[in-house]
Amino acid sequence: MILAEAVALTVLVVLVLYTLTGGADFGGGIWDLLATGPRRVEQRRLIEQAIAPVWEANHVWLIVAIVLIFTAFPLAFSVASTALHIPLIILLIGIVMRGTAFTFRQYDLNRESRGKWSRLFAGSSVLVPLFLGICLGSLSTETIRVANTASISGFFSPWIGWFQLSVGFFTLSLFAYIAAVYLTVEAKESAIRADFVRRSYLSAISLVFTGFVTALLARSQAPHLFERLTQSWGPWFQVSGALCLFTCAWSLLRERFRFARVFAAGVAISILAGWGYAQYPYSIIPDIPLNLGTAPEATLRLLLILLAGGSAFLFPALFWLFKIFKKY
Amino acid sequence: MENLLFARSQMAISLIFHIIFAAIGIGMPALMVITEALWLRTRDPEYLSLTKAWSKGTAVFFAVGAVSGTVLSFELGLLFPEFMRQAGPLIGPAFALEGFAFFAEGIFLGIYLYAWNRISPKLHLAAGVIVALSGFSSAIFVLISNAWMNAPQGFVFANGEFTQIQPLVALQSPFVLHLTVHMLAAAYIATALSVAAIHAFALLKGTPRRSFHQKAFTTAFLFALPFVLIQPLVGHFAGQQVAKRQPLKLAALERHYQTSKRAPLHIGGISDDEKKTIRGALLIPGGLSFLAHTDFNAEVTGLDAFPREDWPHPMVRYAFQLMVLFGMILVGIAAWGILLWLRKRPLTTQRRFLQVNFLTGPLGFLALEAGWIVTEVGRQPWVIYGFLRTKDAVTPMPGLFIPLIVISLVYLVLGGTVIAILRRYVRNSFQAEETHL
Repeated sequence: MILAEAVALTVLVVLVLYTLTGGADFGGGIWDLLATGPRRVEQRRLIEQAIAPVWEANHVWLIVAIVLIFTAFPLAFSVASTALHIPLIILLIGIVMRGTAFTFRQYDLNRESRGKWSRLFAGSSVLVPLFLGICLGSLSTETIRVANTASISGFFSPWIGWFQLSVGFFTLSLFAYIAAVYLTVEAKESAIRADFVRRSYLSAISLVFTGFVTALLARSQAPHLFERLTQSWGPWFQVSGALCLFTCAWSLLRERFRFARVFAAGVAISILAGWGYAQYPYSIIPDIPLNLGTAPEATLRLLLILLAGGSAFLFPALFWLFKIFKKY
Repeated sequence: MENLLFARSQMAISLIFHIIFAAIGIGMPALMVITEALWLRTRDPEYLSLTKAWSKGTAVFFAVGAVSGTVLSFELGLLFPEFMRQAGPLIGPAFALEGFAFFAEGIFLGIYLYAWNRISPKLHLAAGVIVALSGFSSAIFVLISNAWMNAPQGFVFANGEFTQIQPLVALQSPFVLHLTVHMLAAAYIATALSVAAIHAFALLKGTPRRSFHQKAFTTAFLFALPFVLIQPLVGHFAGQQVAKRQPLKLAALERHYQTSKRAPLHIGGISDDEKKTIRGALLIPGGLSFLAHTDFNAEVTGLDAFPREDWPHPMVRYAFQLMVLFGMILVGIAAWGILLWLRKRPLTTQRRFLQVNFLTGPLGFLALEAGWIVTEVGRQPWVIYGFLRTKDAVTPMPGLFIPLIVISLVYLVLGGTVIAILRRYVRNSFQAEETHL
């Protein structure tokens, strides 16, 4: 059990890293879609420059998460893949469109088609976080029921619901928020920076609003989640999220952008850690606890060893990548 | 039953599409590293512009490969959830390793493509070498999983479940060696010969940048040459492994109907499962026995040893014959190239040689796809060979033709777009002055 929990914690850490990196890339796409005002061309250029060298590496976190889940929690993976078949397919098509449209926009010599790639890139950057949230939300709503190692809830009822939709918009707001705050650091001119400071505030408001709605809906539709978040250690995740959000806003106001970036990350970490805490001890509420249908210890042990070994190589490499392209 | 067919078709289309980009992700970095090293050694600016031209194409292909690979990692569960439930703990560690290799490729490709002016030339080349090595190791890790599906081990099978799992043993399937060597060579051949064909086209069409395209053609052709020559030997070794561990697959891809000693090899012809004969084939007595067991009189198990409903589809024989045919044509061209070289004739001045190279450019990829059809369709009706049938692993999701059609259309459009973008690059490279982005 302790090994399964260790892998589950690793999955959570990987999802945090995905949110902080890949999530911000999707957020960039959202701001590409919402680029307005006299500086919209410059806004889009800044977003493109920020994403281009790193998005492929950032995207791999999602694949790592999936591989960890299907290796360590094959039953949960198999059940979720069946019950969430439709939203996952939409998610995948979004991922394909976002990545390829972004690359085509950069590399297509035919300038006329760039507008088309641009719209596709921006549109799919909204689609993916929305459906990612819907899928994750479905793991908590007690709508995926299991009998004899298979889902018995059909293919629509697990994921169609207000709570899941609300988590979708919450995810969208979170990704947009992180991206906006990051872009205040990346911006080279003060006018563009001011644009993204404004966008940081707006998305923070949207994050608070969608978070509030999600919590309200959770009360009736995801009771286990709600209970865990409001009792014992649960409220502390909310406190830490709120503190980070305020400190980030304050830092933006004082033009301490690097500081703001750290606290925006803090918001994301609080949210995901709180979700992980609230989801415990289940992978899929209410039928699949972490220790049901889990890989044998030999596999979990090997997996953790491989992860430790791989990380020793991976983190220096990632550090170099960000050192070359990102400001500290 | 229909749903199984849709699920298998969607998996097949996803794999057929992805494998092209995966192979290019293995092959192109190796080519770029070679020309970049040549640029650093000779300081000939044409090698630099060649490296940059190739790296732009690689960027496009890698992006499509990355996302279509993501689709596959989800599709394993979306289409065959029971397979993943059972096999996850056994092949998962290989995929975890692949995840790291893919991570390395993504990170260092980002550095390679965008940091030309930000790091020293030597570090830049080193980043390229890491990209090439991670593409190489990615392939090995994915093939370890595939080898396990074809020759599974490292567990005790009891009551329909895989128990007493030994994940390290699962990573060492006897199929790993021949699959990895055969596929890596195929990826290098397919990529390099397609590249050579594009530059052969430029030379045939006439371009002011003649020496640029000559360098490109020669580098790519010479890179492919050794792999083309060893590939038939690797393939032969692979066939013997299949004969040993998957006699049904061997019998199916040869359409060898009756178990017999001194089994003949049938070349060409049309197989008929009803009459259990192959019409119009060239016969080599004892040929199959020799190829399978290195003995003209050895007994080769036929399809008759297995229930009819378990026979893999007859297409595996045609795919196998085409793969061998294409491979042999490429060996012939390689021999022609060596002959020209021995007679001290520069390869790029021989019009006929360039024409043939242009025409046969896609053969490497066609052989690669045909080979995978042999391996994977030939693995049927099993998803885990001998233990779990594909029909027992498929998702209960109804209406699977919808995602099948959607995914097929997405890939069709995507494939068309990649070709259109590539064509603009190729046209652009014919001109004396390149338009830059």
